[in-house]
Amino acid sequence: MATGHTVKAFDEDLGQLRALVSEMGGRAEAAITGAIEALVNRDLESAAKIVTGDVKIDQLETEIEKQVVRLIALRAPMADDLREVLAALKIAGVVERMGDYAKNIAKRVTTLQDTRGLEAMSVLPTMGSIVTEMVRNVLDAFVTRDAGAAVAVAARDRAVDDFYNSIFRTLLTYMMENPHNITASTHLLFIAKNLERIGDHATNVAEMVYFAATGNQMEERTRGEDPLAGDE
Amino acid sequence: MNTQTMNDIAAHQSAIVDGPLKMSARNVNVYYGAKQAIRDVSIDVTMANVTAFIGPSGCGKSTFLRTLNRMNDTVASARVEGEITLDGEDIYGSSMDVVQLRARVGMVFQKPNPFPKSIYENVAYGPRIHGLAAGKADMDQIVEQSLKRAGLWEEVKDRLVESGTALSGGQQQRLCIARAIAVDPEVILMDEPCSALDPIATAKIEELIHELRGRYAIVIVTHNMQQAARVSQRTAFFHLGHLVEYGDTSDIFTNPRETRTKDYITGRYG
Repeated sequence: MATGHTVKAFDEDLGQLRALVSEMGGRAEAAITGAIEALVNRDLESAAKIVTGDVKIDQLETEIEKQVVRLIALRAPMADDLREVLAALKIAGVVERMGDYAKNIAKRVTTLQDTRGLEAMSVLPTMGSIVTEMVRNVLDAFVTRDAGAAVAVAARDRAVDDFYNSIFRTLLTYMMENPHNITASTHLLFIAKNLERIGDHATNVAEMVYFAATGNQMEERTRGEDPLAGDE
Repeated sequence: MNTQTMNDIAAHQSAIVDGPLKMSARNVNVYYGAKQAIRDVSIDVTMANVTAFIGPSGCGKSTFLRTLNRMNDTVASARVEGEITLDGEDIYGSSMDVVQLRARVGMVFQKPNPFPKSIYENVAYGPRIHGLAAGKADMDQIVEQSLKRAGLWEEVKDRLVESGTALSGGQQQRLCIARAIAVDPEVILMDEPCSALDPIATAKIEELIHELRGRYAIVIVTHNMQQAARVSQRTAFFHLGHLVEYGDTSDIFTNPRETRTKDYITGRYG
């Protein structure tokens, strides 16, 4: 990060904005981790807390919007400051979606509480931890204006997609083997899909961070041929 | 400035397509006695564009502006090296008539400076000494048209005989612009034209600059970066006598390439 502004209050405003984005990201990250844990432990209470906790993430988005409008009106940010402020606004919108995905996962815990012995269940925590790490790293990259870290986050999205494809195939097999598995498998598939979407969103955030830091667009990700990922 | 930066700037400039070249400075150095105020500045000014010079106090932007119509000639210790051309003709060449040059390259100053004469005479003065009007009717026409172009006609048409100094600050500045326009210049240099004006008068001048830009090449020096962003199509950032960066205004304010430019426009300078 460059040296401070001559007007120190400007730095404080930017610092406040970064703190809000960090807090929002931290809460989304905790919600994702918590939702997967609740799923694995069949912990309905924790799951319910995640569902209600999403309200706070939504509130933070509103706060960030207000802070951005205030900053633009009062400080007239330029160049990298302007890009950062606009990125914060966009990132807040994306993180809000991430929170919704976590909430959606948490909601499925109730339905899945009697599910036993589905192999996919054991893979989801690993997938979840990669995704939460992406979210954490990309928001750290935003706060430190670290374009290199943003690129590293985007590079991990491929692994998440691979996880999703593997889980998709596995669950398909289960469903074909035994129709009784269909309900649980479908829910698990949605959970995996939610994690995959969060990974995609983290990658989008990485692109925003990269643009904010450098003023240039990140080079287009090379997407693998994923016939199963389908609905991109 | 290193060669790489020069090449970058040259490459960047060529990428901007706009009006025909009007003025061109090459390797200009300006000294006040032993002190060097401008260091090896090369820049092109094109028609139908507003070019803004920005930079911290003492960076040389006003000095450089004043070399464009030889206003520095009046400063005894000032010395200008390098080449500045207007339509390809060297303005510091022996065949250049300075009075004629200043009619072609008009100037508007920081503080409105109308003559202590009537509004009419303020505008008519230039055309008269340059012999641009064939008679009274012709002069009336020039005065009216100049005041109209300066956006002042409606406010003063019924009191043309009143003193120009009786007008408000913003009106005085528009009168000075009308005076500059009256001699039918090709380039208008503006040195902080709004710094003595309130926001409404400033907005009127900025609107005027916008309207005038199709007809003249306009170069404006401003301390107000928002103003540079609002009125100009191209921006040049000066620092310690160097031209640090010159490019599309939108690029300079959203994604400057030089750290010094960025630090200045984002308010980190110093």
